[in-house]
Amino acid sequence: MFEQWQGFKSGNWVNEIDVRSFIQTNYTSYDGDDSFLVNATERTQTLWVQVKNLMAQERETGILDADTATVSAITAHSPGYIDQNLEQIVGVQTDKPLKRAIMPLGGIRVVKASLKAYGYQLDPTTEEIFTKYRKTHNDGVFDAYTREMRLARHSGIITGLPDAYGRGRIIGDYRRVALYGCDRLIDDKKTQLQSLEIDSIDDTLQLREEINEQIKALFELKEMAASYGFDISRPAANAKEAVQWLYLAYLAAVKEQNGAAMSLGRVSTFLDIYFERDLKHGVFTESELQELIDHFVMKLRMVRFLRTPDYNELFSGDPTWVTECIGGMGDDGRPLVTRTSFRMLNTLFNLGSAPEPNLTVLWSERLPIAFKRYCAKVSTETSSIQYENDDLMRPYWGDDYAIACCVSAMRIGKQMQFFGARVNLAKCLLYAINGGKDEKSGEQIAPAYAPITSEDLNYNEVMQKFDRMMDWLAKAYINTLNVIHFMHDKYCYERLEMALHDRDVFRTMACGIAGLSVVADSLSAIKYATVKAIRNQDGLAVDYQIEGDFPKYGNNDDRVDQIAVDLVKGFMNKLKQHKTYRNAVPTQSVLTITSNVVYGKKTGNTPDGRKAGEPFAPGANPMHGRDSKGAIASLASVAKLPYAYAQDGISNTFSIVPGALGKTEGDRLTNLVGMLDGYFHDGGHHININVLNREMLLDAMDHPEQYPQLTIRVSGYAVNFIKLTREQQLDVVKRTFHDRF
Amino acid sequence: MHVPTAHIPQSTEVQGYIHSIETCGTVDGPGIRFVIFTAGCPLRCLYCSNPDCRYMENGKKVTVDTLMQEIQQYTSYMNASGGGVTVSGGEPLYQPHFVAEIFKRCKALGIHTALDTSGYCDLQVAKPVIEQADLVLLDIKSFDSDTYTKVTSVSLEPTLAIAHHLNDIQKPAWIRFVLVPGLTDATHNIEGLADFVATLKNVEKVEVLPFHKMGEYKWEQLSYDYQLKETQPPTTEQVQAAYAIFRSRGITVV
Repeated sequence: MFEQWQGFKSGNWVNEIDVRSFIQTNYTSYDGDDSFLVNATERTQTLWVQVKNLMAQERETGILDADTATVSAITAHSPGYIDQNLEQIVGVQTDKPLKRAIMPLGGIRVVKASLKAYGYQLDPTTEEIFTKYRKTHNDGVFDAYTREMRLARHSGIITGLPDAYGRGRIIGDYRRVALYGCDRLIDDKKTQLQSLEIDSIDDTLQLREEINEQIKALFELKEMAASYGFDISRPAANAKEAVQWLYLAYLAAVKEQNGAAMSLGRVSTFLDIYFERDLKHGVFTESELQELIDHFVMKLRMVRFLRTPDYNELFSGDPTWVTECIGGMGDDGRPLVTRTSFRMLNTLFNLGSAPEPNLTVLWSERLPIAFKRYCAKVSTETSSIQYENDDLMRPYWGDDYAIACCVSAMRIGKQMQFFGARVNLAKCLLYAINGGKDEKSGEQIAPAYAPITSEDLNYNEVMQKFDRMMDWLAKAYINTLNVIHFMHDKYCYERLEMALHDRDVFRTMACGIAGLSVVADSLSAIKYATVKAIRNQDGLAVDYQIEGDFPKYGNNDDRVDQIAVDLVKGFMNKLKQHKTYRNAVPTQSVLTITSNVVYGKKTGNTPDGRKAGEPFAPGANPMHGRDSKGAIASLASVAKLPYAYAQDGISNTFSIVPGALGKTEGDRLTNLVGMLDGYFHDGGHHININVLNREMLLDAMDHPEQYPQLTIRVSGYAVNFIKLTREQQLDVVKRTFHDRF
Repeated sequence: MHVPTAHIPQSTEVQGYIHSIETCGTVDGPGIRFVIFTAGCPLRCLYCSNPDCRYMENGKKVTVDTLMQEIQQYTSYMNASGGGVTVSGGEPLYQPHFVAEIFKRCKALGIHTALDTSGYCDLQVAKPVIEQADLVLLDIKSFDSDTYTKVTSVSLEPTLAIAHHLNDIQKPAWIRFVLVPGLTDATHNIEGLADFVATLKNVEKVEVLPFHKMGEYKWEQLSYDYQLKETQPPTTEQVQAAYAIFRSRGITVV
């Protein structure tokens, strides 16, 4: 027993690396309300003003500063501070706050282009090293891509692939560093190595090399921590050290990897155990504990990567997806809600609302009502929480999983994924109609299967050809991902993140689909109305004319919702047929984040009446402006999509104005809680709740696709929003927020 | 509250005319509600936000069976939020058999029912519908009878008769009052209504609904003459002043 563990109940976690056991034997569930929470301290406020000033400067110049020569690594930079006298939790990615580091192992070209875009030049020696002497992930991938893969990538039918930058979506169990200290973890890794002293030239060989890299990373982590004045070879001794140790481990990960999503895991309830112990013994006050969380979150909000502006266009807002999961239920039926769950959400008030860290509430119908109402309150005031169905995921992933990025669940420290972005199913449908030719360029991308030549599209014929085209796409997709992840492991391995995993991890090949609602509505139109193809002089179908009405996804109408369900199941079944790198288990997501806009730009006219260039609906959302029965019907349609066939997550975005949630604050909280309970009870997986303020509403007028199924209601007012002209819609939207009552 | 979702009796072919449904109704009764907007209304309120609900024959004909099939798909949301079904309009009491049947079928399933009505209906006709409603949202559009007629082009008497009846049978009710500057906001008018409501023991609360122009486009679409073009929604102060009148009489007002 370490002396730092005094006051903790012993369990399996003492004998083995088992953070879940530590949590389950030691945490104190909290079913009270938010009245114990405290405001930001003066120190926090002063520090936060400084950070906000830096962020304001950053916004003006694009990036605040960049190190153009030093290759980022755990120990590459000397310590950096914002204001050492104020900071309770320290550590930044480089030697200065918000200064960006270069991480060329993913690809030197993207580093050079990113620097150039912001007016910086890559150091010539660094460039030489990574072109002449050290190959990158990006180079490896392009050496192994086939012609077909290049074409599919170029046309945008497979897109967003992590082939030029870090794949991300791996969550190190950063809690391990706080609980055990680095030395114990290194010892454990050494034991793992001994267990692998067997003859093998394949998997075991790769694993032995990786574990040695992991051990080196843990030593570097200790060294980096020592440069900040901490000895993290031993366990954290108190609340402050627990937060600091954990953050240093996370910091090492974001010094080493520029991953597409660098998620944090599920740390609040873990930390709460230290907080409760120290609070009980008078070591810290409530105000001091909140300060620790506030300063920790401040740091998480400052995570930055050097990326190209077009990446930002794809995923607006330069996201890092520092996802932290809050709540959920334990297998034994106790809610995993603690006071620190509240403290973490309270940062949205103490520091103001922000997209990062990406606070994710794991919702169960059995969560304490006071916590549910507090979440609803935070949502209505900040729109900064996403919700995911714990009752749906727990049977798959146990009670110690976390979310990587937006919707990808994984057991912490036991599971990782090979992130695979997504394919454009709408484009696939157009390829089926056009015999594999791209509807925009006319280029032959997919195999030259026979195109459809009739004027009126026949449902059965379309389905047959679409099915065959999806077969091709699924195969090309998995093969492409195999190349990417083989090379990523080889050239850009996540040493530190994987050091905070068990020896043998469960791997998923996380595929994804975009354009689900476009395809569902297109097939519905072809089935229930008459859709005529309009062809250009080369015989390419470039537009569609619809005669008659047809059921639209998002109105809780099984005739079309079942088409969407079948698409999800069908494509998943096709993905499963192919061999994957490291025997990863294929999964898929229905998620676009904000890339639905770019996918739309790259896709021609579709048979549902969507015009070329118009955005897709985000994720699994119904197409905006096609719902005629209100928002709950739309939720009901999405909730039908089967999680069993989309285990990497099904994303839904819900926008509402506060008044449409109810007349009084009490009503609004009751109704939002009821909406979440209802949606998740019926099998919904994920939902973003946007409660629009005036600024968001103005944005919604310009970007209706980002605010789908926008709900506007006042008492007794019957509105068929979709039947209005754009001017009328804008007028109604505008009138919803007026200076008068 | 637990709502069973099983069997619906297929005993009836009752039909009615509806304008639309809204599955996310959160402002017409408690909780999340399935709101049915019926078509057809005998009133011609100057500020009407649903002039497209005036004529029954312009609505969509639906059977109660169809509606019940649909309603049952939302019981998770109703159970979780303490919601239910609200029939609004138009004027629901314009189609009393239809609405009563919807309510009867809902009640058989344990679903909470609310009737959103102007009360402009013969009491004997309204009674069987009211009997099936768990809650009545009664719109008293003005207490001064001349103003009432000016606003609605009909008489106040039937509405008051229904208000008395609701009190007599102790039917839970919310009174709704649309505050229109220059039309219904005279102090004596609001005071008269407040004094009246104070005599009713069944009223849980009064909802002051600030006039809005979100229905104005509908008037234009239908080529109806909208007389309140120049009227602005009330200010926060005006709304607060109305609240104060109700509160001073011990009435809960939101």
